[in-house]
Amino acid sequence: MKARQQRMLAVGLAVLGLAIAAALTLRAFRDNMMFFVSVSEVVAGDYPHERKFRVGGLVVDGSVQRADGSLDVHFLVTDMRCEIPVTYTGVLPDLFREGQGVVAHGIMQQDVFVADEVLAKHDENYMAPEVAESMAQHVEENTAALRENGAECTS
Amino acid sequence: MWTFLHKLASPPHFFSYAKGLIPWFAWPGYALLIYGSFAGLFLAPMDYQQKDAYRIIYLHVPAAYLSMMAYVIMAVAGGIGLIWRMKLAHAVAASAAPIGASFTFLALATGSIWGRPMWGTWWEWGDPRLMSELILLFLYIGYMALRGAIDDTAKADKASAVLALVGAVNIPVIHFSVEWWSSLHQGPTLVRAGGPAMDTSMLYPLLAMILGATLVFVSLLLRRVRSEVLQREQRTRWVKALVLSPKGGR
Repeated sequence: MKARQQRMLAVGLAVLGLAIAAALTLRAFRDNMMFFVSVSEVVAGDYPHERKFRVGGLVVDGSVQRADGSLDVHFLVTDMRCEIPVTYTGVLPDLFREGQGVVAHGIMQQDVFVADEVLAKHDENYMAPEVAESMAQHVEENTAALRENGAECTS
Repeated sequence: MWTFLHKLASPPHFFSYAKGLIPWFAWPGYALLIYGSFAGLFLAPMDYQQKDAYRIIYLHVPAAYLSMMAYVIMAVAGGIGLIWRMKLAHAVAASAAPIGASFTFLALATGSIWGRPMWGTWWEWGDPRLMSELILLFLYIGYMALRGAIDDTAKADKASAVLALVGAVNIPVIHFSVEWWSSLHQGPTLVRAGGPAMDTSMLYPLLAMILGATLVFVSLLLRRVRSEVLQREQRTRWVKALVLSPKGGR
């Protein structure tokens, strides 16, 4: 084997080995790499107890209740299978509204998620307002279908 | 074939033909950037959710894409330099690092400015996309620091090429971070099954910005590699002849 081929083999094997090592490490830390847990996992009790964590999902349509004279807000978060109630006191991001993806940071207290921070999660779709209006109908139908087809929430 | 490639990669040859190549990348690149900025800021409609705030993607997406592209170029050039002992490849790798670091910083900064009004936060520790992009910035800084710390150019080339190759593991992690793990960052809009999830009136200016930024990046890279080559070859006969020639190397 020529010296150049030896170097090629050495570099190739080193890169391959590193890639495998990285993949294994990331797999091992899979749960810790998650920025938030899903609503179903929370309902199933699969979340860090006695510690703050993040939960992500969609704000359920018609569930947002604001208290008069304070910044208290209550709403339900869903992943189309399960729902959990969330309470929060503070200013919500501009994108926050019903049907919007959110990531809330806080702690579970007797089946209620008490959030100290609520972030809006944007989706990957970009469209003009007129297009969005005509598509809104479509999306509502899809959401309804998803709910009907979706598996039952099991706790 | 091989002699042709050898000729292309020889520093004096590169130095002369790269000069002619630069305008062919730079001018179309700047023209596309001007068109893309104008169309993106004034002609494209606003987004149904984000209103006008989404327009930062015309800067953010090209910056983020080039931050990774520059790293891939740096790592591949480093690998070629290691295997074939090609001087020009190491010069390319060394030149790509500061440009890539600048694009990484720009991607992080524009993302942060956008994140404050949209997500409700400037920065979230622990988010996989944000973290992997920050690690990319640290890799660039570490790469440049390592180069700066070793006086002997050949040794610096080898050590930094190894670092670049090791860090290349991060590139797929950045790209797939929003798919493998849950992240605040949205999924890919352009590179996805079923085509881009974006109105064409918004998409074309974005593609123009991406292509324009890439062309400008190539022209900047060629410029930097030329001066890098000149510095590395300062004791050779062709550089001396160039400097002493009537035009003084210009």
